[in-house]
This record gives sequence, structure tokens and C-alpha cells, in this order.
Amino acid sequence: MPKITYIDSSGNQKTIEVEIGLTVMEGAIQNNVTGIDADCGGGMSCATCHVYVKEEWLNKLPKAEDAEQDMIDMAFQPQKNSRLSCQITVTENLDGLTVTTPEKQN
Amino acid sequence: MINTDAVIIGAGPVGLFVIHQLGIKGLKTEVIDNLDKAGGQCIELYPDKPIYDIPGIPSCTGKELTDKLIEQIKPFKSNFHLNERVEEVKQEEDFWILKTNKGKTFKSKNVVIAGGVGSFEPRKLSIKGSEKYEGKSLFYSVSDKTKFKNKKISIFGGGDSALDWALELSKISKVTIIHRRDEFRGAPHTLSELKKLEKLGKVSIKTKYQIDSIEGDKNIKSIIIKSDDDKKMKIDTDYILSFFGLIMKLGPIAEWGLNMDKKVINVNTNNFQTNKKGIFAIGDICSYPGKLKLILSGFHEGALASVECFKRARPNEKYRFEFTTSSKQIHERLGLKK
Repeated sequence: MPKITYIDSSGNQKTIEVEIGLTVMEGAIQNNVTGIDADCGGGMSCATCHVYVKEEWLNKLPKAEDAEQDMIDMAFQPQKNSRLSCQITVTENLDGLTVTTPEKQN
Repeated sequence: MINTDAVIIGAGPVGLFVIHQLGIKGLKTEVIDNLDKAGGQCIELYPDKPIYDIPGIPSCTGKELTDKLIEQIKPFKSNFHLNERVEEVKQEEDFWILKTNKGKTFKSKNVVIAGGVGSFEPRKLSIKGSEKYEGKSLFYSVSDKTKFKNKKISIFGGGDSALDWALELSKISKVTIIHRRDEFRGAPHTLSELKKLEKLGKVSIKTKYQIDSIEGDKNIKSIIIKSDDDKKMKIDTDYILSFFGLIMKLGPIAEWGLNMDKKVINVNTNNFQTNKKGIFAIGDICSYPGKLKLILSGFHEGALASVECFKRARPNEKYRFEFTTSSKQIHERLGLKK
């Protein structure tokens, strides 16, 4: 299973094997990774699963849809490499993906 | 003090439907919601987006579902207390006493929490020290625009609220609108109006900038905004208007002594009662093995909770299960003509 690494804002990191087909958000929630709230449960309507994706990985991800960018507008301290983790589906190619969670989600 | 058979906290789809389930059993209800209108997430988050999994309705928007539910519960004349939040819940013998932030008191044997993920609040600026300006020179909504007349206003956000207020206030004040990217999600028409005004020098649009810091003492004097490549810019500002949508906060519910797991309330699946007798939790806010956060699951949870509510509110009456198609009593309660 692909390994996904979650790093929180103070640098603590957790690497989790996430089943292909789950989202990076689901991988976090199911494994009690803190730093991702996902209040709306993956509906792209709350921006509380906001993560920063490392530059080298950003280009390997399918581009964010407009609706995702619209939600990221409302996220806590968005940056160029901001994504919603509920919109990143884990595939074989994402083995090793590292995401950083913001200081807080809202 | 308002006496009733059941107080419902939250007027989202699930809160609305439980009014129906309690109503056909002859129970009176009062509903309290922090928002200014019924509909909950359906109205706040996706009024125009279609929902495809309401049984029997192939597709309807959040607003359409809300409107239909409101129509469906009309016969039961439930009282809505909007813009109001329950702050305190206390037990008094077999009853629950609820107090709201507006000073209203409710007394009821049943409290049904259909609070979704909590109450909606504006998303606040993520700048240290911004709280001290809140309500004075930093606002998350506009109630009286006259105070902005001939002032310097910095508006943050890329949605309709930000664009609409930029356009409106540009008539009476000096407006700068600041957004983190070139694309705006607000109505294209409003944006093109603003761009016209920008060419005429009547409004200033700064994209790919975010707030960096606020300068001022009692009131805001200026703000510093920062671009993606760390370019900084100072803008003289009397008022900040920030429109970053709403967030959901659980609020005081967390302090009512209910068994909780993170942000959700544990219930049993027989009647969706919490660890406190007479307090029920249904919809997104409740948790049990296998829970799905679907509107249809919330409807089911409300139906089952209403049976226990009936037993508590009418201890001397026997509960009889009836179908709406055939029960004369239900037809009377629905106000149908014979």
C-alpha cells in the first residue's frame, strides 16, 4: 500500500499506509492523524482538510478543480501549494507523498 | 418560560423532519437555530448544488429540499427561534431547562439535538491581534453601511459577499479589494463591473495578495498585504471587511455533560438517546457504529427518536404505531379535510 506522510505544523510526522482509492483525508481520519478536521466529511464544502503539498509532489497530482480552489480561498492561510486532502485520491504513484497540515484548520 | 413537548436544536433538514415525526404523534415543538434561516448546511453550504440521494427525489438542490421540508411541517405550527443559540442546559427533575443567548428559557421533557457539525460562525482573520479590532474597525458582516462613508475600506475575499460589498461601498468610500488569486468565485458580472470601476480609478483590486499584518492602536490605521513572492504593500485603512465564509463550531454543546467522541455525540441506535435521558442526538452530530452522515440517515434517526420523545412527553398514553396513509388521527394533525 502507498505510504503517505503527514507532518503537522510543529514538525511531528506520521507515515501511514493508505489503501489505494481512499483519499489523503480519509487516510488521516481513519488513522487518527491530527491536524485534519474534515468537518463536512469530504464534500468539498468546508476547507478543514486543508494541506500543503511539497512542490515536487504538487505536479504529480491531478490539478485542483475550480470548486476546490474556491474552497481553498476560505482555508486558513492558503499558499500556492494548498490542496484539500479530501480531493487527493491515493494511487500507486503517490507512494511517498508528503503533506503538511496548517497551524489550524479554521 | 416556554413549555413544550420537545425542543429541537438545529433547523437543518434533519431538525425540520423531526418536527414532522413529533408532530404526527401530536407533540408540540420549538426549534432554535443560530442562523437567520432554516436549512442548515443545505442552505449555507450548497443551496444551489443538487442532492441525488433523497429517496424518491432523483435530484433537488439544498434550497429546494429545505423549502419542501418547511412546507411539509407547516401543519404542526412549530415555533422557530432563529439567530439564537442554546447556551445552557440544566436538569430539573424530569425536565430539561434550556437558556438561549437572547435570554429565552425553555422547559421540556425532550431535547433533540440536530446540530449538524455545530453552529455556523464567520471565519475569522488569521492575524494575531486582529480580535481587538473586531466590531470596531474589523467586521465579518455589514449591518450599517453608513459608517463606511468617506472612509478607506479594505475588503478581503473572492466570493459574492466580497464583490457585492466592494461594488456597493465604492459609491461612498475608497475601496480596496484583496484576494489571494486572480480568479474570483463571485458572480462574473459583479467582477466586470468592479474592473470597469478600477479603470476609472474608483476602486483598487489587489490579487495574489493576502493579509500580513495590521497596524493601529485603538482603531486600524493601515494594513500590510503580502504577495506569494513575499512582496509587501502598505494600504491605509480605516475599516477591514473580511468575507471568508462560515465555519462550523460545536459551541456550548460540548459542555452539557454528554458522552462525546471528538465532535460527535454518542447515542444508542434504539432511540438515539444520549447518555442523558431525554436528550437525543440525530443527524451529522450523532455517532454510533456504522454511522453515515447522510440526510436520509438523519431522517431515520429522527423517526426513531420521536417515539421515545412521545413516551416521555405522554407517559400516561400508549404509543401506537400508525401509517400516515391510513391514520385518521394523523390526517387531522396534518389538517387534511375529511
